[in-house]
Amino acid sequence: MSNIFVNIDNISKSYGDIQALKDISFSVDEGELFGLIGPDGAGKTTLIRILITMLLPTTGSATINGLDVVKDFKKLRHLIGYMPGTFSLYEDLTVEENLKFFATIFNAKIKDNYHLIKDIYQQIEPFKDRRAGNLSGGMKQKLALSCALIHKPDILFLDEPTTGIDAVSRVELWDMLKKLKEQNLTIIVSTPYMDEAELCDKVAFMQKGEVMEINTPQQIVEDYDIPIYAVKGDNFYNLLLSLRRMKITRTAFPFGESIHLTTYEELNENELNKIISEFSNQRTETKRIKANIEDCFMAKMLKNK
Amino acid sequence: MAKKTNDNKYVVSVKDLTKKFGSFTAVNSISFDVTKGEIFGFLGANGAGKTTAIKMLTGLSKPSSGTAIVAGYDVIKNPEKVKYKIGYMSQKFSLYDDLKVFENIRLYAGIYGIPSKEIKSKINNLIDELGMENMRNKLVGDLPLGWKQKLAFAVAMVHDPPVVFLDEPTSGVDPITRRQFWEMIYKASEKGITVFITTHYLDEAEYCTRASIMVDGVIKALDTPTKLKENLGVKSMQEVFVKLARG
Amino acid sequence: MKAFWAFIKKEYYHIIRDPRSLLILIGMPIIQVILFGFAITNEIVDAKISILDKSKDQITQEISNKILSSKYFLLSEYLESAEQIEGSFRKGKIKLALVFEEKFAEKFNRKERPSIQIITDATDPNTAATLTNYINKILLDYQNEISISTIAPKGIEVITRMEYNPQLKGVYLFVPGTIVIILMLISAMMTSISIAREKEKGTMEVLLVSPLKPFMIIAGKVIPYIALSLINALTILLLGVFVFGLPIRGDYFLLLFEITLFIITSLSLGIFISTLVKTQQEALLISLMGLMLPTIILSGFIYPIESMPRILQYISHVIPAKWFLIMIRNIMIKGVEISYILKETLILLGMTLVLMILSIKKFKIRLE
Repeated sequence: MSNIFVNIDNISKSYGDIQALKDISFSVDEGELFGLIGPDGAGKTTLIRILITMLLPTTGSATINGLDVVKDFKKLRHLIGYMPGTFSLYEDLTVEENLKFFATIFNAKIKDNYHLIKDIYQQIEPFKDRRAGNLSGGMKQKLALSCALIHKPDILFLDEPTTGIDAVSRVELWDMLKKLKEQNLTIIVSTPYMDEAELCDKVAFMQKGEVMEINTPQQIVEDYDIPIYAVKGDNFYNLLLSLRRMKITRTAFPFGESIHLTTYEELNENELNKIISEFSNQRTETKRIKANIEDCFMAKMLKNK
Repeated sequence: MAKKTNDNKYVVSVKDLTKKFGSFTAVNSISFDVTKGEIFGFLGANGAGKTTAIKMLTGLSKPSSGTAIVAGYDVIKNPEKVKYKIGYMSQKFSLYDDLKVFENIRLYAGIYGIPSKEIKSKINNLIDELGMENMRNKLVGDLPLGWKQKLAFAVAMVHDPPVVFLDEPTSGVDPITRRQFWEMIYKASEKGITVFITTHYLDEAEYCTRASIMVDGVIKALDTPTKLKENLGVKSMQEVFVKLARG
Repeated sequence: MKAFWAFIKKEYYHIIRDPRSLLILIGMPIIQVILFGFAITNEIVDAKISILDKSKDQITQEISNKILSSKYFLLSEYLESAEQIEGSFRKGKIKLALVFEEKFAEKFNRKERPSIQIITDATDPNTAATLTNYINKILLDYQNEISISTIAPKGIEVITRMEYNPQLKGVYLFVPGTIVIILMLISAMMTSISIAREKEKGTMEVLLVSPLKPFMIIAGKVIPYIALSLINALTILLLGVFVFGLPIRGDYFLLLFEITLFIITSLSLGIFISTLVKTQQEALLISLMGLMLPTIILSGFIYPIESMPRILQYISHVIPAKWFLIMIRNIMIKGVEISYILKETLILLGMTLVLMILSIKKFKIRLE
């Protein structure tokens, strides 16, 4: 049995006329790697800031490990590790000075919790005398993560850790998160990259301040019930425009090297290919596929419109 | 007088382009050609030298050695001519948040020397094409990110440049808008505009006519996405990238 | 407590690793004092004058020589008639003209109070007033000399005396003034900017999420600046004493105490500003417009408060620098004791307290 660690209950947040969060409720289990998935402006950062006691919700409440994010904020601040979206360490301090500083302000000793950050920090330790501002993007992130972990938090919040970071560093970051999870750390991470949803235990799809869906990524993909096909052709753009004009088409979106086509009814892929090929006047290749997480997100978006 | 180089085949032609900062070589003798209407993916890890290379190609930074001809002009001899001939859009800055939609278009049309008689029709056409009639008088700062990015792209091409540079244009944009944005890119490419694009979404690398992957200041691979994948025996550009960038 | 030290150390690194700001912080006080000292000094030397001596006797000769031998005046020309005076000014050659009336010595010896006419170029009233004062001083000295040597009855009792600042030496004005400006700049402006920088860079968010108490965050940011401000105040004082010969008549500890008090007042102002702003730019703007300008104009550093319109005089009461200037001048020049400036000390203390309370109340433990 898993224990509920974070409980969010009907949280809304407004700034004047703008409603940044609309009535959000969900829970996160202890030791879970939970993803808030959505584009900029979905409300991910606002939600995280409410949970880390940095913002007050307009209505609703939330608890972390039974502590209220409004009333018990002082106690909570000891338990929380937080890595903001923008690099928020001191660029004019060295790697080691940053780590020491953040350890000290949390009343922690690097020695005591070194095991937690060892795997991550070891990679940047050769540069410990370098100013943080002179590190590469990937290394900055490792330092920021080390600093967020050095006081052995019970829960770690990462706000868009992979935005603007290259694919290699992204892969590394998710590897690090996976390892941290083994230490029973609860992690809440936000990202605009849909493919990263598959790396979470559970995700919330967010869009315009609302949660459209909460489930495990596997279940979300499983629940997708629209016929979907991958179509390839010689002239990509032409094919896309042709597909858009066909009556059977629900949606047609480019997906990497192929176009994902959804239809109103289930069709045999060979027959469908023939229709498409004739209609678009080119050689095509059509396959019935399983939707990926991004297909699911887009389907939810269109449904919500 | 600035002479236009008579080589119409390539819109961007780069040879042994190098940029050194002191003893550090940020871009190390890169060479490539981009043809008309091509969508050229310019990929690489953070710090691989992409930004430096783009700055040289857009006439913002002077190369240490080598040559680059962009839109018919030499970036070393005629950087100012180059700037007139290219469109540029970056994720961070493109439009003024405190100006209205049509004011932004008018501003850039003015900056790029479009005759004032034509500006009005230009604004109308552009807003019409984007389907933004109802947002015409809105402040850009109040637009959703997706619309902002679409508008920024259109504004970058307001002077019909032969080549447009897009620096992470789709960062943080929702998946549907991201695809609409790419359709704008296709449309531009169909019209014969060369698109030079950087992105961290590697599925987008698949949409490129050709893609280059830069590692530590050099171009490690340059080919069509299909060929790149074949050569390395992998299934996606994501794998291609990780394999090459990790070295 | 350890966290507190870590904070101070961090702040120290910020200051020390930004060579440009450091140069400004350390170099500016020195440059300012020297600028004020040499360039903008109120002392005027080698002012050109013309003399129209209608008497041409021994006494007028002596007085003329005495004036011309001082470092303040140089002779442009001797005039022959009153008509020439205007021409002499017109040519822009002279700043002042002296006219001795006829039969000067005779009248003097008969104790009839002969008159000397002093005509100045009042296009620059400050210079004109200063030069007139110099002449008065020299005439006074001359009278005293004569009365002593001849044991003659005193000719004229002259009341004009520049108390404590007999030669109107600029150093008494600009040293306290420079201290005020520098302390305002470093204490108020630099702290408000440095706190705003943490907000701008997002590091404030990380600090707030930590269990650090807001008071610790503020104190940690402020203490290095107290040290820096003290060093600067001392530098300016030392320069004043050793380069410009400023005597400090009062108690050094009292002086130091009042300086520290003013530093803390300025820091609370800086902290208060930082609670109002989000960016470094805003902090800079508010500090410059809201602090520096009123301080320079309304503190009495450059323009005497007594000659301001009533409304500005009232406004000047809320300018901390005004009270500080009164105290520091009194200590340095008059050598007064604490009891004499108790009122000003208490006013500054009160201002500090109010600002601190306001800042702590306004300091956000969360984001907006």
